Order: sequence, then structure tokens, then C-alpha cells
Amino acid sequence: MTMRNTTLMNRRTLLRTGAAGMTLLMSGAAAGRLAAQEASGRVVIGFSQEPTVMHPHMPHIEVDEGIHFNLFDPLFIVDTDGNFQPSLAREVPTVENGGISEDGLNWRVKLRDDVTWHDGEPFTAEDVKFTIELNQNPDFNAMRRNGHELVRNIRIVNDHELTWEMAEPFAPYPAILSWTFIVPAHVLAGAEDPNQTDFRNKPIGTGPFSFGERVAGNYILLNANEDYFGEGPHLEQAIFRYIPDMTVLYTQFRTGDIDVIGLQGIQPDRYEQAQQIADREVVIAPSSAVESITFNMGKPQFQDPEVRRALSLALDRETIVEALYYGIPEQTESFLPRESYYYNENLPEAEFDPEKAAQVLDAAGWLPGDDGVRQKDGVRLAFKNSTTAGNNVREQAQQLIQQTYAEIGVEMEISNLPPAVMWGEYWMMSQFDSVMVGITFTTGPDPDVTNYLHSSSISAQGGAGQNTWQYKNERVDELLEQGGRMFVPEKRKEVYDEIQRLVHEDMPFLPMFQYANLRGHKTGLEGFDPNVNVRIETWNLNEWRWA
Amino acid sequence: MLRFLTYRLAHSLLLLFLVSVIGFTILHLAPGGPLSQFALSPGMSQAELERIAERMGLNRPLPVQYLDWAARFVTGDWGESFRDGRAVLDIILGHLFATLLLILTSTILSVGLGTLVGVLGAIRRYSAYDYLATVGAMVALSIPTFWFGLVAIYVFSLRLGWLPSGNMYTIGDESVLDYAEHLIMPSVVLALVQVAIWSRYMRSSILDVVGQDFVRTARAKGLTRRRVLYVHILRNALIPMITLTGIQLPTLLSGALVTETVFTWPGIGRLFLDSLGYNDYPVIMGVLMFTAIFVLLGNLIADILVASVDPRVRLE
Repeated sequence: MTMRNTTLMNRRTLLRTGAAGMTLLMSGAAAGRLAAQEASGRVVIGFSQEPTVMHPHMPHIEVDEGIHFNLFDPLFIVDTDGNFQPSLAREVPTVENGGISEDGLNWRVKLRDDVTWHDGEPFTAEDVKFTIELNQNPDFNAMRRNGHELVRNIRIVNDHELTWEMAEPFAPYPAILSWTFIVPAHVLAGAEDPNQTDFRNKPIGTGPFSFGERVAGNYILLNANEDYFGEGPHLEQAIFRYIPDMTVLYTQFRTGDIDVIGLQGIQPDRYEQAQQIADREVVIAPSSAVESITFNMGKPQFQDPEVRRALSLALDRETIVEALYYGIPEQTESFLPRESYYYNENLPEAEFDPEKAAQVLDAAGWLPGDDGVRQKDGVRLAFKNSTTAGNNVREQAQQLIQQTYAEIGVEMEISNLPPAVMWGEYWMMSQFDSVMVGITFTTGPDPDVTNYLHSSSISAQGGAGQNTWQYKNERVDELLEQGGRMFVPEKRKEVYDEIQRLVHEDMPFLPMFQYANLRGHKTGLEGFDPNVNVRIETWNLNEWRWA
Repeated sequence: MLRFLTYRLAHSLLLLFLVSVIGFTILHLAPGGPLSQFALSPGMSQAELERIAERMGLNRPLPVQYLDWAARFVTGDWGESFRDGRAVLDIILGHLFATLLLILTSTILSVGLGTLVGVLGAIRRYSAYDYLATVGAMVALSIPTFWFGLVAIYVFSLRLGWLPSGNMYTIGDESVLDYAEHLIMPSVVLALVQVAIWSRYMRSSILDVVGQDFVRTARAKGLTRRRVLYVHILRNALIPMITLTGIQLPTLLSGALVTETVFTWPGIGRLFLDSLGYNDYPVIMGVLMFTAIFVLLGNLIADILVASVDPRVRLE
């Protein structure tokens, strides 16, 4: 099998090289052609979920973004260190370079003038205007309007420059723009119904790869865009194979049927074995998702801060990380990822001390009743803990927690639900008691967490957001509003350090660890570089190449 | 015959109607919905989710949604997938070839092997071979397809490297040989249980016929053993097998569901599982109706076949 592939590839490469050589002779060596000549070979990436939504602004899941990143470009991207790097924009607009006004209300963006769409049409400011307006269009089924809703008066200065105003300063907007893929106005603008376009199955972008074909339930094939303005691509083809079963995904990684094991990767219990496979490299990819136990503060048992403190003291984070997750992820105290510039390093480390937990509860007046479960003022210290059913590791963690909680007289019942039920209204409308969940709180590299922690973000109380633990702290509200209007990172950090400290004190949820995912690729594949600021590891396929 | 067909058609339509109502109701009454998959994406809120639901028409009353779906369904418009927006019928037809290829291959395998094993078991009843076949069938029936598939992959792909571990073809090759190579493991795995069922039915069906008067008469006439077996016993014993093929269709389809997952075979079974996972209602309903029609049609064809090969059966 492998043999046959290699010979096929070599023959094809040979032909291509010959053809490119001819063109070179005839046209007289354009730099773009040289880059194209380099593109050779192909990579097969395995995903356990199927990318189906090719339109980057329609409702989709993270695996779809693995395709979007390669078909499209945003104005600027965020690199692995959390810095913005220009993509379709010539420079990243900042207060310093005059791209953003001091008050954050006026924006000016300059665009590259050497970019063409996959169909050969030139890319212009019109496309950027169209993309932002599409996300404001009430008739369009947009995935996110957040941020775009504030944009007013988009003016096209010339083909490669535009300005707009913001209704209010909104610091996370650069981060939102870094994952807002620009779509072509000349293809989409005429559509009668923006939701029903051919674009959904025949996307046209500016990215390093163009859309080849999609065989539903099977694979997606992308071809190198030889006229790509940025680095690469160095691969002729990229194939995204859909392999629904985790065991089968791993097996195909072992047999070599796939070159890269992407989302959802290798399971922790196979880590050691995976490292032994010849000619494979296993990579620990940091994720910005933080696993925590969350409390619904709308329920009487969780309103007393001393209860939450005791539950934190009786939570054995170390055993969960070391024994159940094989020490791969790192314990954390904050909801922000460790890699973030805004991460507060000075939060006190959580301790595991069940005896102290019992004392805290005693002192707070929660005393054991006849059935051994503590109670106070008629409220039993008993609750359900829920998460997605079928996640073995989480279930083991729940059992461990259940046991230590039982020892201090707290009754925790495990009540897991299928994903569609769990993350429906049960979650969004705060119908749960407590939940075990991994959440990415941040918006890309931006530390804004208004959606999760502001008192106006409680959906169950008519708010718009995901403050499902119903957390309310006036000071935190103020700081969030302040931080959302600041554009100077050094000053902004102080605000978010304080927010992290306050939330850590109030404990609406108990962070346990920051996720780390196991990915793997064949030895010889270069450029595989997971980025904590994006949701998928195939964000930089243009840089991948075979050694 | 015409009266029979009319009756069966009416009967089938009623069944399809019931299947659609029950399927639709269960699907929509189950808590959660197609939007929960977006809940944990950064920046999502309940208000935003409700707006999306509104666009998709998901917050209308259930009967209205059903009537809307049914009205479109009868005109041949099976709706569009929530996920990629493609027409449901196109999606199903796109997955049909893979499933048919797998089912047909494994049926040919299992009918051939099953008949052979069953016949040998019946004519050498209570021999060592017969016991072996009985035990073998029991074992084959008890092994979960999923497990058997994984073991086969482990042995033949990982250890020996003889066969590809999954997929229907190599992208870029797609020759008949390439398909055949990929087809071996999944079709054998899927056929395994079927061989067991077939051989058991075949064996008892032959034993039934062997005891009949006309077999004794044939022997008394002095016909050769071979002629009695082929012309008198086998021909009669095969008739119930046609009905069995019809009845076995749903089992085969559900077996394909598992096999398709293990071998990343892009067929209807996997489409169904995926669509269930995402609550892609139009596709789930489409696959449900399609398989219902497929099974009803299969049974109808089996009945007509039985009637045409067996003059004793009349379709009334």
C-alpha cells in the first residue's frame, strides 16, 4: 500500500516538476512559480468528527474550522505566542500605528494588493466590507454576531483600504477578527437567500489551499493554491479523512493509513503505547479549554461561599490529573490558559485537605443529619453532578470526587446525559446542580470573559451569555466592562489579574486543569505546530511539508 | 396478483405513515436538539441559539413541523441536511453505493457458505462435522461484530499487513482491485453472523423436507441419492430461504451499521449514526424512511419470488 502510494506520488511529482520547468523556461521565472514548484506530496489527516460546513460564517463546530483555516484567510491571524500577524491586512491595526484611534472607536485597515480569489478575481476592500455586513445581516444565519454588531459606517477608501466606526470601544474585536474569515463579495453578494448558496458546497477563498472535492461521510480533498500570497503551500494535496471511532482512528494512525491524527487524537491511556510506534511522533498540544466543576449558584446548596470553599478543599485535583489523565494536562487555578499574556500566576495553589473541609462546614453550621448528609436550615448538602454520558475518564473522576465528598458528609449523585441533552437548555438555562465541563473561556488570545462571568450574561435570568453558574459580583462586572474597553495590554493585564483573583476567591466553579491533547504525525512531516489560540491543529497547513 | 399488489401497497403506505409519525415524534420529543453542539463554542449565548433555531424553523409546534415535512416528503423533496445544506435524497444516494456493495458481497458470501454448511450438516446429521458446524455457528452468533472487526484489523492489517485497515478505496487509485482489497475484511466480518444464521436455517429446512412423503416416494422410485438431494430436497428446502432473505434485511442493515463504523466504510449505516449524533433531523428521517421502504420492498419481492417458484403459494 505505502509502496504503491510512494511510486504514484513520485511519478506525479516528476511530471509536475517537468511541467513547471517548462513553464519556467517559457515565462522566465516568476517568484510565485518557484513556490508552486516546491509543492509536492500529500498529507492525510484523520479527524474523528466530520467537517461539513464549508461556509465559515454559518453555524459550525471546531472541526469545520480545520478546513476554513486552509481555504480562507482572516485580516490577521494569531500565532502560537498569541501575537497577531498580518494576513490579508498589510499590518495589524493598533493604537500605535494609527489603525485604531485612541478611544477605540475609529478603525483603518490597509489590505494587501497582491491577493486573488481561487477563481482568479482580485481581492479588494469590498470583500472585507461584505464579510462584516454579512455577519450583521438579520436574514443571514450567522454563527456569531458578537463584535460585528458594533461596526458602523464601513467606508471604502480605495480598493485596498477601508475604515469603519465602532458604536462603542470593544477590545476583543481584534481577536474576533483574527478568526473572521473573509469571503468573496463577487460570489456571494448577489444571493437571493444568503443561507442557500452553492458556496456551502463549493467554497471559494484566498487561502493556501483550494477546495477539491468532498465525499460526504468519507473525506475532503484540498489542492494547493499555487498563487497563494503567503508562505507555502509546500504540499500538493491535503486530505481530511473522517474516521468516527476513536479506536479505529488510532489504529489507522498505527497502520500508517493516516499521516496525522488530528481531533480528537490519541486517548491518554494510549499515550505510552503511542510513543513506542516506530516512525511516529506524539505531540502534546496545549488547549485553552479548562476542565472544572461548576456550581449552579441559583441552587440553595451552593449559595454559601463556605460550602464552595469546602468542596474545593475536598477536591483531589492531583489524583485526577496524575491517575486518570496520565499527568498529561497541567493543574490550574485560573480560567485563562497558562499561555495567555493575561494569565495570573499569583493565584494561591489549591490544597487537598478533606479534614479542613469538614471543619469549614462545621464552622459554617452545616452539620450532619440523621442520614449522615450535612444540612443547614432545611437544605441538604446533596447535589447532582452531570456531564456528557459515555466519557469514561470523566466518569471515573466523578466517582473519585463522589467518594471524597461522601467522606465529609456531602452527597454527590452522578447523573450524566447524552450530549444533545446535556448541552441544550439543561446547560444553557442553568437547570443543573453542578457540572463537570471543559470550557474555553477566552475569545482567541483575548482575555475578555464577559460572556461567562458578567451578571448580565445569565441566560436563565434573561441575559445573553453563558454565565450558567449564575455568578454575580458587582466588582467583577465593573472590571469586565473596564477591561473590555482597554487597548493597551500592560494596563489591561492589571484588570484581568484582579478579575482572576476575585473569581478564584468566589469559586463559582473549581478549575482543575488546563487541557492538553495528544496528537501525532509521521516522522518527517515538518511544520506541525499546534496553536493554543485556535481550536484546531490544522490551522497552518501552508507551513507543513515532508522533509 | 393485482389485488394482492394493491393490498400490499396500501398496507405498506400505512406502515410508512406510522413509521414516519412515530419516528418524527420520538426524534423531536427527545430532549436536546441539533443546536446543542454549538453551545460550548466561544461566545455563544442562549439568545444566539434561539435566533438560529428560529431561522431553522425548530421552534414551531411539532405537528406543524411534521406536516411541513410530510407535505414536502410526498412530493419527493426530503428536505436538506442541517449540517451541510445538501438535499437529503442526494446524501442518501451518495451513501447507498457503499452499503449496497457491502451488503451484496456479504450476502453472496453468506448465502453460498451458509447453504453449503447447512446442507452438509443436514445430510451428515449428528456427525462430528455437524457438531462442529453447530458449535461454530453458536460462536459466530455470539461474537460481537465490533470486536470481531477490530481483531481482524489487528491481525490482518497491523500484524500481517496484508489488508488495508479500513476505507472503501485508496484516494487516487480507485481501481476494481483496490476496491476488492478493501472489501474483503468488512464483507467477511459482516457475513460471519449471516453464515451462522443461514446454515442453521438451511439445516433445519432440509431436515423438514427429508421427512416428507414425496422424498420417501422419490427414494422408493429408485432415484439416485444425488438426484433426490438436488431435485427433490434442495429445491423445496430453498423456498423458505427466500422469505428468510427478506426477513434478514433489517438485521443485515443493522450489522452493516457496526461494520461500516469499524472499517470507516462510508455507507448509510454510518450516515445514520452520524446524523443521530448531530440531531440532523431531516437526514435521520430520510434514512429511516428509506430503510423502511427498502425493507418493505425487499419483503414484497421475496413474497413474489416465493409465489413464482412455488406453485402451491397463491398471492391473494
